[in-house]
Amino acid sequence: MQIEIDEIAKSFGSTTALHPVSLSIPSGALVALLGPSGSGKTTLLRILGGLEYPTSGRVCFDGQDATGLSVQDRRAGFVFQSYALFRHMTVFENIAYGLKARPRASRPPKAEIARRVTRLLQLIQLPEIGPRYPTQLSGGQRQRVALARALAIEPRMLLLDEPFGALDAKVRKELRQGLRDIHDETGLTTVFVTHDQDEAMELADLVVVMSGSQAGGRIEQVGRPQDIRARPATPFVRDFITA
Amino acid sequence: MSDTAPFPIRPARFRNPTEETPLVRRLAILAAVLGLALLVFAPLLVVFAEALAKGWLAAVTSLASRDALSAIKLTLLIAAISVPLNAAFGIAAAWAITKFDFRGKAFLITLIDLPFSVSPVVAGLCIVLMFGTNSLLGGWLVAQGFPVVFALPGIVLATMFVTFPFVARELIPVMIEQGRAEEEAALTLGASGWRVFRTVTLPNIRWALLYGVLLCNARAMGEFGAVAVVSGKIRGQTATMPITIEMLYNEYLSVAAFSMAALLTCLALITLLLKTALERRHADQLSAAHRH
Repeated sequence: MQIEIDEIAKSFGSTTALHPVSLSIPSGALVALLGPSGSGKTTLLRILGGLEYPTSGRVCFDGQDATGLSVQDRRAGFVFQSYALFRHMTVFENIAYGLKARPRASRPPKAEIARRVTRLLQLIQLPEIGPRYPTQLSGGQRQRVALARALAIEPRMLLLDEPFGALDAKVRKELRQGLRDIHDETGLTTVFVTHDQDEAMELADLVVVMSGSQAGGRIEQVGRPQDIRARPATPFVRDFITA
Repeated sequence: MSDTAPFPIRPARFRNPTEETPLVRRLAILAAVLGLALLVFAPLLVVFAEALAKGWLAAVTSLASRDALSAIKLTLLIAAISVPLNAAFGIAAAWAITKFDFRGKAFLITLIDLPFSVSPVVAGLCIVLMFGTNSLLGGWLVAQGFPVVFALPGIVLATMFVTFPFVARELIPVMIEQGRAEEEAALTLGASGWRVFRTVTLPNIRWALLYGVLLCNARAMGEFGAVAVVSGKIRGQTATMPITIEMLYNEYLSVAAFSMAALLTCLALITLLLKTALERRHADQLSAAHRH
């Protein structure tokens, strides 16, 4: 799905989180929102997912205005920074949650839900962990379960907030490849937030470098990783990617 | 320790540096046990001893009298009405405070704590002033055949005022600690607000909620001050168990007074036992989640 962000701004009370920003994300791209804390990257992701409404501006999905679309109707698979797995449910129940929450008319029968959860557990290469609780999983396993849960709703796009933030370096490398594989397999337009420039450069097709200031976050440069490395558009980008 | 050991070691010299000496520890434990025995356990024993001073039969007979039964029924009825209502209000308040940012939030938190700081007698007086026959609202309500003061509604209101903070106070820290992420995740998965509450919020707070409800219940059954003011102490009609105890005691009917007191204590002890059982079960579930 193609995403068009048109002059989106966001303020919380008197503080401005996002200066008006515009961005066009081609269908099927793997995009990194890269920037330091306070650059509004998470806010932008949450606006895409429908968890915040912008103060002004428009969001379009495949040319359709989606600015006021409710979070439930967006069908955006969202992976939270600390994964936000439902702690009182098993892994199986976590992944099945989105399917069970559907209105009766479009809810798959029980056997079909079980079949899909099993398939997703295979996709994340953890076929055995269905009956476990989130507290019994390692950080990397939790992250993959969160990804499977987001994929279960057959999302139109995948949004990830610092997906590798809480993991140690070795697991992080493995999961980067995992995300790349899942993206290539599903073909979903994928946006992830990171403050780690290596991660952005290595994983993404398109990197959006953002900066923060009193006037709110803004986009400094959008481009392919190699282009941003070769030709940083502003002094901020040069400093940030060489840091 | 043998005399031939090359370096006689005194264990006391190697106690944990962050711990006090055994003497201090023993003194602290002794003080705690003595305090508990003197202030909590002894009075409890006295209550039961006095109740049974003239034997089981006298105690049971006094509890089976018409007025005593009416008081017991009234107290249970009041708890049955006010505890569920306060649970609902407590959930709503904790939900609003922890899940949303809005103007006047700090004020709302202070307001929830108000019943803890206001004397129950004052609270009772406020209800009398608002709903008494001489007030505008109270006069109208009496004319409609729905008296509040000196009747069940007033007692329920007074009890609810006094016990309002218990559920909310238990829930707020738990809900703050849990944050909003799980609820947001459920929303992005397509769940409606009500479904999120039912399947994510409520299961996550269930133990804290039960704990708050039990505390609320214990206080609702035991409340004296506020209820004394609004009830009018009409024997057999508006006298709750604590009020009946006071009246019986003032009339030197010590067996009856202490039998009722013992029964009220038993209700409180049941609540306490339930609470402990819950804590134990909760711990079991936690460890079950950690097993494997």
